Amino acid sequence: MNRRNFLKNSLMTAATVTTFAGLMIKPKRLYAAWPKISFDITDLNDSINNVYGHNDLNESSEVMLKAPDIAENGAIVPLNVKTKLKNVESIMIFVENNPQPLSSGYNLSSRSVPTVGTRIKMGNTSKVIAAVKSNGKIYTASKEVKVTIGGCGG
Amino acid sequence: MSTIKLRAKESKGVVTVKAIIKHPMETGQRKNKKTGEKIPAHFIQQVICKANNDEVITINWGPAVSKNPYLTFAYLGSKGDAIDLTWEDNQGNKDSLQSEVK
Amino acid sequence: MKSCFHKFLLIILFTNVTAFASPEEDQKLFRDHFENRFPNTEFSDYKNGVYSIDASSREQWESIEDFPPYELNIDQGEELFNQPFKNGNTYATCFENSGIAVRQNYPYFDESTNQVMTLELAINNCRKRNGEKPLSYYKGGPMADISAYMAYTSRGNKFDVKIPNSQEALDAYEAGKKLYFTKVGQLNFSCADCHVYQTGSKLRADIPSPGIGHSTHFPAYRSGAGRLVTLHERFAGCLNRVRAKPFKAQNEEYRNLEYFISYMSNGLEINGPGSRK
Repeated sequence: MNRRNFLKNSLMTAATVTTFAGLMIKPKRLYAAWPKISFDITDLNDSINNVYGHNDLNESSEVMLKAPDIAENGAIVPLNVKTKLKNVESIMIFVENNPQPLSSGYNLSSRSVPTVGTRIKMGNTSKVIAAVKSNGKIYTASKEVKVTIGGCGG
Repeated sequence: MSTIKLRAKESKGVVTVKAIIKHPMETGQRKNKKTGEKIPAHFIQQVICKANNDEVITINWGPAVSKNPYLTFAYLGSKGDAIDLTWEDNQGNKDSLQSEVK
Repeated sequence: MKSCFHKFLLIILFTNVTAFASPEEDQKLFRDHFENRFPNTEFSDYKNGVYSIDASSREQWESIEDFPPYELNIDQGEELFNQPFKNGNTYATCFENSGIAVRQNYPYFDESTNQVMTLELAINNCRKRNGEKPLSYYKGGPMADISAYMAYTSRGNKFDVKIPNSQEALDAYEAGKKLYFTKVGQLNFSCADCHVYQTGSKLRADIPSPGIGHSTHFPAYRSGAGRLVTLHERFAGCLNRVRAKPFKAQNEEYRNLEYFISYMSNGLEINGPGSRK
């Protein structure tokens, strides 16, 4: 093997070793870290701006938000969001009058079918906004959910 | 005993996953009635689900999610897929459950 | 006009504290009242409480019942139920059919002690007999979990509470009935005020559930509390709400009350544990 080939091979080997080592050292988190700041924001518009970098929302009948008209109990309010839109990257659920409007965020994959559901706590009557990011645009559906307190139920 | 109860069913190529997780989801705003001190925030921050080792969804939660939280989502998959659901909370606790799609 | 006469008859019969009518007659009148008030509700649906009479809350309840939080408690309860005591015995040795599918047999009038025996008291008696400390009936915990598991294994079985032909049994039933119809507390309400006369109306943000079917679905997983609540803890809660001093769980008063309301629910299926607000 002549010197040139030897150097070439060494560099290749070095590159290979570095890459291989890189693959060996598994990062602690392969996924984005929990977005602490997003969950701390107390104003709805600031919250939306923080999540998307802008406030350009498009109300759309293609986003279906299922939520009760009057929550039976503010501690467990069942919510469901689904959409017919394609290439959905994420679904976010905002509750306008909660201390921190962002309640939850669902980061989908290419295998996801865009439908999610959960149960949330609501302190007051509030607009609930489901936001779907599809092909870079944000589409929303919202519903006012009434929360009542007081009665003999305890 | 696992903190996670999970159901994963396939129909027409779509797997629907439903789960309940045992967790207090404490907001950090409630006060201890006896001492008047705030009960520290203790809530699940992230839930990740994989199907056959492929990440299918990453869920970020805040303390507004209800106690003993419920979640449901769907992905394109098959019966027999190996599901792995893992959660991690703000105090560094985690748990996971492995199951098979029916 | 029919309902006015009906209510009149009901009030006359129930406020008469000496045994005017037999339990069977009481039961018929009690049921007729609800049938009259809720003509669209099937008798068998009363096991679902307020959800048998209010469509909008029913929808939310069905959504929660699709995968209810109490499933975690049933699993815990099963584990606790199967865990042997320090002496090696298990709960199964204290109950007929090894404690499986027996919820509908309680409460019953125990003629050997002349007292009403409830399932939860029987659970603690079992522990006592086997050298274990009693479990609390309050704030969820292992008692509620075990009770939930035992209710769960009994789902579908119907209440068939019997009142044996003895003065003591009849007295216990009558004592329960009397408490049910007695106004108590600063707010001066009886159980009947909410659950018989005002069931279906709005009491601030609540709709009082009908008086038939209350004990079929306990212990209840209450959203607000975020945990299971036993029947007697709920009795105490109701009394607190009308600003009366509650009795202690599993005291004679509450066991007699449970006897009365369960007898009124005869023929309804056990469907505990249940989700409630």
